[in-house]
Amino acid sequence: MSWFALDTWIVLVGSACAVACALPGSFLVLRGMSLMGDAISHAVLPGLALAFLLTGSRASLPMFLGAAAIGILTAVLTQWIRRWGRLESGASMGIVFTTLFALGLILIVRGADRVDLDPSCVLYGALEFTPLDTVSVPGVGVPVPRALVVLASVALFNLLVLAAFFKEFRITSFDPEMADTLGIRSGLFHYLLMILTAVTVVAAFEAVGSVIVIALLIVPAATAHLLTDRLVPLLVLASLLGIASAGLGHLLAITVPPLFGFADTSTAGMMAAATGLLFLATWILAPRHGLLARRYRGRHREAAGPGSAEDPFHRGA
Amino acid sequence: MPGREHSARAPLSIHDLTVAYERSPVLWDVDLDLPAGSLVGVIGPNGAGKSTLLKACLDLIPRASGEVRFFGRPYREVRRRIGYVPQRESVDWDFPVSALDVVTMGLYGEIGWFRPVRRHHRERAREALAKAGIAELADRQIQQLSGGQQQRVFLARALVQRADLYLMDEPFAAVDAATQRTLTDLLQELREEGRGAVVVHHDLSTVRAIFDWVVLLNLRVVRAGPTEEVFTEENLAATYGGNLNLLAQAGEALRQREGT
Repeated sequence: MSWFALDTWIVLVGSACAVACALPGSFLVLRGMSLMGDAISHAVLPGLALAFLLTGSRASLPMFLGAAAIGILTAVLTQWIRRWGRLESGASMGIVFTTLFALGLILIVRGADRVDLDPSCVLYGALEFTPLDTVSVPGVGVPVPRALVVLASVALFNLLVLAAFFKEFRITSFDPEMADTLGIRSGLFHYLLMILTAVTVVAAFEAVGSVIVIALLIVPAATAHLLTDRLVPLLVLASLLGIASAGLGHLLAITVPPLFGFADTSTAGMMAAATGLLFLATWILAPRHGLLARRYRGRHREAAGPGSAEDPFHRGA
Repeated sequence: MPGREHSARAPLSIHDLTVAYERSPVLWDVDLDLPAGSLVGVIGPNGAGKSTLLKACLDLIPRASGEVRFFGRPYREVRRRIGYVPQRESVDWDFPVSALDVVTMGLYGEIGWFRPVRRHHRERAREALAKAGIAELADRQIQQLSGGQQQRVFLARALVQRADLYLMDEPFAAVDAATQRTLTDLLQELREEGRGAVVVHHDLSTVRAIFDWVVLLNLRVVRAGPTEEVFTEENLAATYGGNLNLLAQAGEALRQREGT
């Protein structure tokens, strides 16, 4: 195996992408809205396609505005269909995002001859090629991949928004009705989270594509939740796990395929696989919520006999 | 209010309140003026609209019609004076927060936008936890608390708000005897301080011991008034309607009360 500057850039882009995703992703997981990340990552496609077709370029601003609008639209449509169609939220989400996604695919295929937009790139991303498209950043001696600048900016933006409204995101995620009685409108933060997710997904598109971004939104956060019982550590851990997945994923992508006689494989795909591997390892080994720890505690408690639970009030009601 | 006088002193005054889901009413034409500084029990069968009544008062669900006034003002003008204790099952207790974090949430409205939780806020939250009798559990993740302890956390979160009126949704549901006593004591304390509480309650055998006033509810208000006058077998029969099993239990509870 040989490691080049190119590999370092790829891992850096992947890491920025993972951190940008882990921040809103953690709140999606805690709110029991993981599927909403899935929905939005698919639903933004027509917004992107329209932005491409209308402006003829991949300029960032119209794309992010389109993404934010589609994020709200997805959330609103899902609510409407649930209310007026008397469907459970999973079903109404399924209706909204598949329809929007299909619309986006049609737009891309129709416009493919006019705009440089490749459906497979939209789905799986092209992390390996991101270092080829560079910009110069003041204060940095070497050209920096444009994707890294965009993703790091989005990660910073997410961090600033979540930090500014940390109390509000915490209470509206835990107990939205209580938040409403205090005058903190839970609906507002629901939509704000949808906007953050949509903007993040658009930024992540080029790097990892619309399918794999879901893994980065959800899996590191779910893994972190197995490791900690506090919100801030959960956000930090989810980000670190995302970074670890980027490194591990790229390492796997350049080392594993040669063992089986392939040249190489998709780093983005391997990143998603790495998030899954880290989840699996954590699920088995986590100190408190892990499989082994629970087994051990169960046996321990059994051996000590009934009535030895650490807390006499536990489930005492 | 046109047509009807609303007492500006009544902590909670409800006029012609109707709430509907999918066009079928779940609360019909509720008209109430609650007395100041008293403990009011809201009693009725499952699906009678008890929780809905609290939520409609707090603007948590839309009203089809009607007016609600707290201390003579609309809710949004007097939020700070009203505390809410939701049902324990309404939240995910697996959420990564400590008991202290949850109690501190009661102060978020007061702390305001863009301001962090400070040490003196946490001190107040600790005091409230101590009042609820679980000071030593402040740093526990909330999943690791028993049902009764979780109810105490919710209670502490309401107490820290120092509200003048509390609306509580089934705080006595599935709690241990010790928690039940703490709850009863705290309610008495509120009354002694001239504050009040409206409590959705399901245990008919404890109604007389706890509440000064009862609202018997089944879609509409069957009867409302001082417990001594209103909490009778006849009125309970009217409230619980055809549910004979519940009715038998209610009668039993009343006889037990009167026997002791």
